[in-house]
Amino acid sequence: MNPDLHLWIIPLLPLAGAAINGVLGKRFSRAVVSSVALLFCGAAFAMALWVVSQFSSLTLPHTEFLATWIRAGNFQVDFSFYLDQLSLIMLLIVTGVGFLIHIYSVGYMWDDAGFYRFFAYMNLFMFFMLTLVLAANYLLMFIGWEGVGLASYLLIGFWFTKDSAASAGMKAFIVNRIGDFGFLIALFLIIQHFGSLDFNTVFQSVAPIAPETAGAGLLTTIALLLLVGACGKSAQIPLYVWLPDAMEGPTPVSALIHAATMVTAGVYMISRSHVIFERAPSALTVVAIIGTLTAIFAASIGIVQTDIKKVLAYSTISQLGYMFLACGVAAFSAGIFHLMTHAFFKGLLFLAAGSVIHGLGGEQDMRRMGGLRTKIPWTFWTMTAATFAIAGIPPFAGFFSKDEILWRAYQASWIYWLIGLFTAFLTSFYMFRLWFMTFFGEYRGELESSHGHEHADDASRAGVPAPHEHGHGSIHESPKVMLVPLVILAVLSVVGGWVGVPGSLGGNNTFDKFLGPVFRATAPDVNSNHASPGEAAPPEKQTEGTEPKTGHGTELAFTGISVFAALFGLYLAWLLYLRRPQLPQQIARSLGGFYDTVLNKYYVDEFYATMFVKPLVDGSRAILWHGIDQGVIDAAVDSSADGARDASDTLRRMQSGNVRSYAGWVTIGAAAVIAYMIWVALR
Amino acid sequence: MVPVSYYLVLSGFLFACGVTGFLIKRNIITIFMSIELMLNGVNLSFVAFAAQWHQLSGQVFVFFVMVVAAAEAAVGLAIIIAVYRTRETLNVDQVNLLKL
Repeated sequence: MNPDLHLWIIPLLPLAGAAINGVLGKRFSRAVVSSVALLFCGAAFAMALWVVSQFSSLTLPHTEFLATWIRAGNFQVDFSFYLDQLSLIMLLIVTGVGFLIHIYSVGYMWDDAGFYRFFAYMNLFMFFMLTLVLAANYLLMFIGWEGVGLASYLLIGFWFTKDSAASAGMKAFIVNRIGDFGFLIALFLIIQHFGSLDFNTVFQSVAPIAPETAGAGLLTTIALLLLVGACGKSAQIPLYVWLPDAMEGPTPVSALIHAATMVTAGVYMISRSHVIFERAPSALTVVAIIGTLTAIFAASIGIVQTDIKKVLAYSTISQLGYMFLACGVAAFSAGIFHLMTHAFFKGLLFLAAGSVIHGLGGEQDMRRMGGLRTKIPWTFWTMTAATFAIAGIPPFAGFFSKDEILWRAYQASWIYWLIGLFTAFLTSFYMFRLWFMTFFGEYRGELESSHGHEHADDASRAGVPAPHEHGHGSIHESPKVMLVPLVILAVLSVVGGWVGVPGSLGGNNTFDKFLGPVFRATAPDVNSNHASPGEAAPPEKQTEGTEPKTGHGTELAFTGISVFAALFGLYLAWLLYLRRPQLPQQIARSLGGFYDTVLNKYYVDEFYATMFVKPLVDGSRAILWHGIDQGVIDAAVDSSADGARDASDTLRRMQSGNVRSYAGWVTIGAAAVIAYMIWVALR
Repeated sequence: MVPVSYYLVLSGFLFACGVTGFLIKRNIITIFMSIELMLNGVNLSFVAFAAQWHQLSGQVFVFFVMVVAAAEAAVGLAIIIAVYRTRETLNVDQVNLLKL
C-alpha cells in the first residue's frame, strides 16, 4: 500500500497563486505580485522534489483518488492522479523549468503595465500543465490539455492592443481546436470500446490485443486520432503554423509554453499512450514520417529567418519533430530524454534571446545585432552553452539525446536516420548562424544614442523597458534576477545529458533504464515495431531499456558522423556569417526563387489561407451569414412579422364601426350555426 | 285542430321578417322592434311544440324569453334615449364614432 502523497496539492498550488494574483493583483505592488507567484510556483517545485524523495518507496504506477467526477451507468471518471517514472520526469521539468522562468519573468516583465496579469496567467498555465502530466485518466488530461491551450492563448495575446498579437493568439487557439477535435474523437472511441478513460483500465484492456500489423483497425484509428491531437499541440506538420506566430507573446512565455513544456505535451501524450501506439504499427510509421518531415522542413525555414525569436520557434518545431520521430520508432524513452534536454537548452535559448532583446531595448532582428559578446557576457556565455547543446556537440546535453534518437531511428530505417542527420546539420548551422550574427562581428544596429528613441515604440510594445526608463540608452546586461535562471539552465544544458550516456560511450544510459518499466512492461510480445527493420538488429529485440548486444562499434561510428555533421554546421556558419559575411547574399541571389520560397516559409501560410481560411470565411459570409442567418433565420422572423401585419390589415376591416355591418356579421354567424346544426342532424 | 306545421310556417315567416328588418332598416327603433319580432317568432314555435307534445317545458322557455326581452327592452330603450340625446339622430349609419 502506497502512502498518500496528496499529489492533488501540486497543481492546486499554482492555481491558488493564479487566483490570488488574478483577483487581488491589481492592488498589490509588483514585489507582492512576484512573491506570490514565485511562492506558489516554488512550493509546487519543492513538493515535486519531496515526491522524488518518496519515489523509491512507491509501488508503481502510483494512483491517487481524490473524488468522483462523473458517474453515468458503468462509466466513471475520477479526479485522480497518476505517478510513474514518466510523469515524475514531466513533473520535474514543468515545475523546475517553470519556476526558473517565473524568476526570470520578474526581471523581464518588471516595467510592463500588466505585471500582475502576466503572473496570474503564468500560474494558471502551471496549474493546467501539472494537471495534464499528473492526470490518471484521459479526460482529466484533456482538461489540462485544453487549459494549457487557454493559457497559451491568453499569453500569446498578452499585448492584446497589438493586432498581430491578438490574431496570433486566435490562430494558435483555432489551429489547436483542429487537433483537439481528433483527440476528442479518440476519447469517444476509447469510451465506446473500453468503457473507461482511466489509464490503468484502458491499458490493461489494450495490452492483450495483438498488434494490428495487417491493415488498420480500431487501435490504429485511435492512435491516428490521438496523433492529430498531438500534432496540434506539439506544432507538427500540418498543424505547426501557429507556433511561429506565437512568438508575439512575451519571451518568457515563448520559453515556458512554446519551448519547454506545453508544446511537448503531444510527445508526452503519445508516450503515455504508448500501449496503444505499439499495437498500431502503421500509426507509428505515420508518427515517424510526420516527425521526420517536420524536423527537416522547419529546420530549413529556420535557416533564413532573421528574427531571433522566429529562428528559435522554427528550431523548436524541428526539435519536436525529432521527438516525434523517436516516438514513431517506438523509442519513447529517447523521445522523453530529448524532451527533457530540449526543455533545458531551448528554454535557455529563449531566455537568453529575451535577455539580448532586453539589452537592446526591444530589437529582435539579428541583422541589427552583432558584436554583443563583450557587451553582455553573461548572456553570451549561457547562450553559448545552449547553442552547443542544441547543435549536438559533445558533451553538451543535446548531443546525447539527439544521438540516441538518430541511432534508434537508424535501426528502424536508414531514411529516417539520413534525414535526421541532415536536420542535425541544419540545426547546427542555423543555431551557429544566430550565434555568430548576434554575438560576433561588428555591431550593426543604429548608433546607441539614437536607438532608445528609434525603438522606444518597439520596446514598449514588446514589454521591455524603454531604455530611457533605465536611465541609460546603451546596450546593457540584464539584471541578476534574469541572469540566475540563465546560469542554472546553462549548467543543466551542459550536464543534463549525462544521465543518458549510452553504452557505446561507456555510460549505462540511466535515463533509459529509469523509464524502462513504463515502456517495457506493456510492450507487445511479437514484432510490433517498425515495419522496415534496420540492419543492425531486428527492432523487436530493441525494446526500451535494453542496449543492443552488438553494434557498439557501429553506434560509435554513427555518433562520429553526427558530431561531424554538427561541427560542419558550425564551420559553415562561421565561414558564411563571420569570415565572409557577403557570401550569404550571393548564395541567396544565386538560388533565386528557391530562396524566396524558403524565406516565405514555403508559402504554407498563404496556402492555408487560400485553401482553408478563405473558403471558410467566404463560405461563412455567403452561406452562413447571407444565406442562413439573413436568408433563413432573419427571413423567417421578418416574414412572420409581415404575415401578422398583413393578416391584421385584412381582419381589421371587420371592425368597421358600422352597426348594420355588425348586424350582418351576427346574422351570418347565426346562419352558420344553424347550417352546422342541420348538417349534424342530417349526417 | 290546426296542424303544427301552420304554426311553424308562421313562426318562420315572422322570424324572417325580423331578420330582414334587422338587416335593412336604419332607424334604431325599427331594428329594435325587428329583434322583438324574431324573439316572438321563436316563441310561437315553442308554444306550438309544447301544445303538440303536451309538454310544459316549451311554455316555460317562452316565459324566460319574455323576461329577457323585457329586460332587453328596458336597457335598449335607455341606450336609445341616451344616443338620441347626444347625437340627435336615430339613424344607425350616423352612429359611427368607432368607424375606421
